[in-house]
Amino acid sequence: MSTAVMDTAIDWKRVCTLDEIPVLGSRVVRGTKHGDIAIFRTSDDEVFALHDKCPHKGGPLSQGIVHGKTVTCPLHSWKIGLDSGEAVAPDVGCTRPFAAKLENGVVWLSA
Amino acid sequence: MRKLKLVMVGNGMAGCRTLEELIKLAPDMYDITVFGAEPHPNYNRILLSPVLAGEMTVQDIILNDWDWYRDNGITLHTGKTVVTIDRSNRKVIADDGTEAEYDRLLLATGSTPFILPVPGKDLPGVIAYRDIKDTNEMIDAAAKYKHAVVIGAGLLGLEAANGLALRGMDVTVVHIGEWIMERQMDPTSARMLQKALEAKNMQFRLAASTSELIAGESGRVAAVKFKDGETIPADLVVMAAGIRPNTALAEKAGLHCNRGIVVNDTLQTYDPRIYAVGECANHRGTAYGLVAPLFEQAKVCANHLAMFGIGRYQGSVTSTKLKVTGIDLFSAGDFMGGEGTEEIVLHDPGMGIYKKVVIKENKIVGAVMYGDTADGAWYFQLMKDAQDVHDIRDHLLFGKSHLGDVGHKGANSAASLPDTAEVCGCNGVCKGTIVKAIKTQCLFTLDEVRKHTKASSSCGSCTGLVEQILASTVGGAYTPADSNNKAVCGCTDLSHGEVRKAIRDNKLLTIPQAMHFMEWKTPNGCASCRPALNYYLISTWPHEAQDDPQSRFINERAHANIQKDGTYSVVPRMLGGITTPDELRAIADAADKYKVPTVKVTGGQRIDLLGVKKEDLPLMWADFAKAGMVSGHAYGKSIRTVKTCVGAEHCRFGTQLSMSMGVKLEKMLFGMWSPHKVKLAVSGCPRNCAEAGIKDVGVIGVDSGYELYVAGNGGIKTEVAQFFAKVKTDEEVMEYSGAFLQLYREEGYYLERTVHYVQRVGLDYVKSKVVEDAANRRALHERLLFALQGYKDPWQERTEGALKRPYIPIAVVA
Ligand code: SRM
Ligand SMILES: Cc1cc2nc3c(=O)[nH]c(=O)nc-3n(C[C@H](O)[C@H](O)[C@H](O)COP(=O)(O)OP(=O)(O)OC[C@H]3O[C@@H](n4cnc5c(N)ncnc54)[C@H](O)[C@@H]3O)c2cc1C
Ligand code: SF4
Ligand code: FES
Repeated sequence: MSTAVMDTAIDWKRVCTLDEIPVLGSRVVRGTKHGDIAIFRTSDDEVFALHDKCPHKGGPLSQGIVHGKTVTCPLHSWKIGLDSGEAVAPDVGCTRPFAAKLENGVVWLSA
Repeated sequence: MRKLKLVMVGNGMAGCRTLEELIKLAPDMYDITVFGAEPHPNYNRILLSPVLAGEMTVQDIILNDWDWYRDNGITLHTGKTVVTIDRSNRKVIADDGTEAEYDRLLLATGSTPFILPVPGKDLPGVIAYRDIKDTNEMIDAAAKYKHAVVIGAGLLGLEAANGLALRGMDVTVVHIGEWIMERQMDPTSARMLQKALEAKNMQFRLAASTSELIAGESGRVAAVKFKDGETIPADLVVMAAGIRPNTALAEKAGLHCNRGIVVNDTLQTYDPRIYAVGECANHRGTAYGLVAPLFEQAKVCANHLAMFGIGRYQGSVTSTKLKVTGIDLFSAGDFMGGEGTEEIVLHDPGMGIYKKVVIKENKIVGAVMYGDTADGAWYFQLMKDAQDVHDIRDHLLFGKSHLGDVGHKGANSAASLPDTAEVCGCNGVCKGTIVKAIKTQCLFTLDEVRKHTKASSSCGSCTGLVEQILASTVGGAYTPADSNNKAVCGCTDLSHGEVRKAIRDNKLLTIPQAMHFMEWKTPNGCASCRPALNYYLISTWPHEAQDDPQSRFINERAHANIQKDGTYSVVPRMLGGITTPDELRAIADAADKYKVPTVKVTGGQRIDLLGVKKEDLPLMWADFAKAGMVSGHAYGKSIRTVKTCVGAEHCRFGTQLSMSMGVKLEKMLFGMWSPHKVKLAVSGCPRNCAEAGIKDVGVIGVDSGYELYVAGNGGIKTEVAQFFAKVKTDEEVMEYSGAFLQLYREEGYYLERTVHYVQRVGLDYVKSKVVEDAANRRALHERLLFALQGYKDPWQERTEGALKRPYIPIAVVA
């Protein structure tokens, strides 16, 4: 789980159950105050959340292919780290990460 | 676990590349100790020539700086020459007494220059050209003295002569052969080169043999004397008469050597704990003297040291470029020709252009070019791939661009392009950016350039140009990868062919299983290999292998084309380009209902609704399903369209019912996934209004039946389809086309269109499987029909239930 922040200090919102996100896939959370947020699920069932906008030209990262802890943007194949939101070198850029966690099969987001 | 100890002797290009590859594969397996006789960290020896010519500095050419060794925990002993290998106690001893124990030893001692055994060879002022020290000595000499003599007119000798001439010396190149660079050039091209070098202030003495180097009063060399008694002044003599693998240390240790330390395909010497790579090694009788093959060796050696054991080095074909600014020269393979070969020559003395391609049994076996080398990389690729060039013979010498590469016509001479010229139109990368990246980041391969600059990483139409820029920047160090053996991606060393074979031979059915079996290096691959694997699985084992939507590119996963703003486009199937008022009404209604911003007639004879929101897709598709319309797969590596002309149904010239033939074909192929997209067309007569001549399968009606054409392509690089067979009935059209496409589905590499597949395997081969072998043709056709059996419209499937879910965003309730 990618929570760098103390659990109690933040305001968790329930998103969905884990099985509503495909393994190595993603779902879009609409209507947060930060716009669309993509929730990703890795092959070992970690969940991550990123602003659904590629740092390159704003491509929807939720529609990319997930591998390891990285997603490849569907538009021009930049690779974005799921935990940091940073583009993998040699590309440079960052998209905003959000805290997400998994508890008893339920996915939570703080945004 | 205790770490194993790896000791490397020789801190040069091949050795360090091996360590880099090893650290990538197994960062924690070894404690590494390196001995290097030179006082420097590893540098790019190739670029000593530009340093000598004053175009770069020593600092520019460092490949691995001191920090690199430190960061990777490598113990580095520079300025220490290893003098003994104690094989029974498994340790090496250096000249200053430093010792290091090893579990594995890697010898990468390079070559020693061959010094002519003539009197005076040891005089001050007589040097070889091999390392930074030699280069500095030459630079110093050029500042103080006037006359330089270079012995040997090979690549090295000419680059030395050029550098010294640029530094203001009077340079004479002495060569024993009849013409210069006789190992890379034929007499005609050599003479053209010599003329150009003479214009750069170099003198030549050919067929001359040196008998003595004579000292002057100061004790320094002062003259060179020839066999015929003549002498010429020389304050500096550079010996560039060849190199010998440096095997002294290995021989002393009793390792088997024969013009190099003899190694097997995993780069092990006769003592399996001891490996050898680089110029010091002799593999299958060859010791290489260019870096490209050495880097291939490094890769395999690292793989073996990391105990992966899947790589084998099988030898390399090399090509040459001379790194003298302003001179364009390329040579590869058997450029002299001889018995059993044919030569195609273009010689334009006025323009200073000479091109010779040597052909044997319809394949290129060698090439030498002078003046215009833009197509060198292309010939070299054709040669390495052993491609049949029979069909392009008549325009082979006019180059690749002549074959119809849209977009880059006329701009095909990399060297002459200005730095500001845009090379990659997709990513807006210009030449200067690429050259700078190659130099500052020390890039050697197309893949590296793609990664660092994005050039050629999208549509690929500029690949040839990028390869030329690479070749002209790093010289012979660049070898295009053999496209048949290229690894799928960085996640594996296996090629597409090997992956396909493993999936077939071992009945692999899922991606995790395939990755596990083939020892993938990454846990879940990447966006390049996963779609390829997924395709190979489902095409090899239809109805058995598991399709993995998460391994498909978004368009195939969502069954619609993603747009730059994240919306999607929807293209309903319109069999043969034929529609009805009801279908048109359904499209119009959908366009209204879902507020579609753009409705367009496509180049594929159907209608595109562009700018649809993702969550509207299932709703729109449900409406289409009601009107009897299905997915057009405008998004897939799959059957796209079968275009038709009106044909005998209406047209006064029509000989066959092209519309109904097209509809039958498109129905037969519905739901077909393939290595790349597949397009067909059926025309009713040879006027060919459906443009069947540039389709994967083109059908042209004639009075007595149909002519079938295959492997055309209308895209990035237009390719005319080739005549395949003449048939009589509609059933035969279906069987031949189906069988051809099934062969392609079973053997094509992912993202290889039919034209590239047929180029790779040869049209004759495809004909032998489909046209000439009726039983095989029927079997192929049946396998295709079996694979497509029971395919459901993917749109309708996604209008409700769990499959609809991914289209719907989640709303968060606080
Ligand atoms: C919609 C259409 C243009 C149009 O408005 O007419 C189109 C649109 C796209 N083409 Fe095309 N091509 C369209 C007809 C063609 C044709 C003409 C034809 O089919 O007769 C060609 C040349 C013929 C051929 O393929 O041999 C064509 C050659 C390409 C290529 C180059 C393929 C090649 O092998 O060189 C690409 C790039 C690729 O596939 O990698 C491409 C890729 C694309 C993509 C999918 C780009 C992408 O990856 O997103 C475009 C999608 C736009 C979208 O979002 O809908 N499109 N494209 C045409 C859809 C036809 C259809 O009904 O399915
Ligand atoms: C001027 C010049 C231009 C060139 N241009 C090109 C070109 O354009 N294209 C191309 O492909 N190739 C070119 N080459 C050839 C290329 O540089 C070599 O093929 C390559 O460097 C060989 O790598 P290596 O690791 O086998 O040997 P090296 O790079 O020579 O490394 C061997 C190292 O081992 C050290 N060593 C030897 N014995 C011992 C010992 N007992 N103990 C410790 N250290 C030892 C040596 O000092 C040396 O540093 C050029 C070479 C030169 C000199
Ligand atoms: S539709 Fe085709 S030609 Fe037009 S911009 Fe897109 S890919 Fe390029
Ligand atoms: S928008 Fe993501 S790579 Fe271009």
